Amino acid sequence: MDGETILETRELVKAFQGFVAVNGVSLRVARGSIHALIGPNGAGKTTVFNLLTRFLPATRGSILFRGEDITRARPAEIARRGLVRSFQVSAVFPDLTALENVRVALQRGLGTSFHFWRPERSLAVLDARARELLAAVGLEGQEQVTTVELPYGRKRALEIATTLALEPEVMLLDEPTQGMGHEDVGRVVGLIRKVAEGRTVVLVEHNLSVVRDLADRVTVLARGSVLAEGSYDEVSRDPAVLEAYIGASP
Amino acid sequence: MPGRLVTWGWIALLALGLAAPFVVYPVFAMNVLCLALFASAFNLLLGYTGLLSFGHAAFLGASAYTTGWALRSWGLPPELAVLLGTALAAALGLVFGALAIRRSGIYFAMITLGFAQLVYFLVVQLPWTGGEDGLQGIPRGRALGLFPLDDPRTAYWFVYAAFLGGFWLLHRAIHSPFGHVLRAIRENEPRAVSLGYDVARYKLLAFVLSAGVSGLAGGLKALVLQFASLSDVHWHRSGEVVLMTLLGGMGTVLGPSVGALLVVALENYLADTGSWVTVITGAVFVACVVAFRRGIVGEVRALVRRSFTGGKP
Repeated sequence: MDGETILETRELVKAFQGFVAVNGVSLRVARGSIHALIGPNGAGKTTVFNLLTRFLPATRGSILFRGEDITRARPAEIARRGLVRSFQVSAVFPDLTALENVRVALQRGLGTSFHFWRPERSLAVLDARARELLAAVGLEGQEQVTTVELPYGRKRALEIATTLALEPEVMLLDEPTQGMGHEDVGRVVGLIRKVAEGRTVVLVEHNLSVVRDLADRVTVLARGSVLAEGSYDEVSRDPAVLEAYIGASP
Repeated sequence: MPGRLVTWGWIALLALGLAAPFVVYPVFAMNVLCLALFASAFNLLLGYTGLLSFGHAAFLGASAYTTGWALRSWGLPPELAVLLGTALAAALGLVFGALAIRRSGIYFAMITLGFAQLVYFLVVQLPWTGGEDGLQGIPRGRALGLFPLDDPRTAYWFVYAAFLGGFWLLHRAIHSPFGHVLRAIRENEPRAVSLGYDVARYKLLAFVLSAGVSGLAGGLKALVLQFASLSDVHWHRSGEVVLMTLLGGMGTVLGPSVGALLVVALENYLADTGSWVTVITGAVFVACVVAFRRGIVGEVRALVRRSFTGGKP
């Protein structure tokens, strides 16, 4: 980790008709780190994600990616620049096969995505790379399975393979272990650690043991603002954080 | 499913289409082909992109009137007149689509319906469309300057060739790199965005393709039936194409054609029953949707897949 900032927000604000979901959040994500956003329900974690990827427009404040202002960029453009997100519920294409899921992400690189006259065969050049990515997340042998039939943990693995296909510089993972059994959580944590090599990962996560295992740096949000920031050990001892989590207030 | 069986299936269908005018009344067969093409074009949007347009009659009808006018008043050769209608429908699709795709779901359907009503109004009001009577007495002319289309079978094969061209274009689009992105958008639009696709531009191209092929169907229809009428731009037509597509199976290549055949056949054979025909088609529609949600072709496909993969769907 070289400490250089790759993703930064400055005084980010999102108000929904009077309700302020995100209130002046300033974040700095270091290149090559795993940065976790945690906080109680309704703290604004997912809203921050939606702002970062422009799925929601920010009311105020700015977002910088590699030093460039992307506050007004379109969501698809942000993805093309290398800032790729996942979603809270697994984001797969259920009626496509596992291989096709990954291939959809790869095919943008061919530059033929608008070519409605080109045969399907022209996509076959991507199959080898797609298989490689599937194997990297432990889905070898499942290439031709229709995604809807995969168990939940496998769907999340497929989602990560699809995201990896874009070779993103920064991966934003929204609750990657939500709704998973114990065994799947362990597998996904291992997977995230593996894919984080040479990349930056920002994740929203409820499962604190996952955060402890993975995160280099943790930002705690509460009621739309940054409550604390530091390593897991630092923030977990912070009295304000304990109070926010346990809910005791004077 | 074994590829060889599929190939033979297609060959059999092709032959069936070629021989159709010897078996059934050619005008009936041509009407079926035109509406089958229309429904297939509609299916590119509903079945493969997940967009429910409720104004597709605008493209069918606008092209029917344009083609009819070009044949009757300008004396254009039939293939050029039909192409002109197709081009106009595609251009109309570009304008309507550019405005409608900003919304989704019911709003998209309502915007397309609104535009179609606009076209209907224009057709009723414009001096050259014949108002309530429509455009009558359209001459068929000679295809490519060689084949007189007044012979019903020649006309049928002309329509059949154009149908195959349009159908092939749709089939190719569905199975192209572009078609794969469309399916991704249908399956999970936010995810497609997060993979870097500007979904609006893909939807717009699909809309224009669908409108253009609908226009081809409309132009052919005016040519062979020798009239363009208000019923082609009426919203009933927009509803009928939804019915055909769902009945046959949306998101299947052959479904819309099967649906069109069924609806046109029902309308034809039940024509004697008067207004009962709508009641009966309505009942068939409800029964089909309740009994097999995937449509006729969709159910058959599921059945075939099950039997080939040994019980697993």
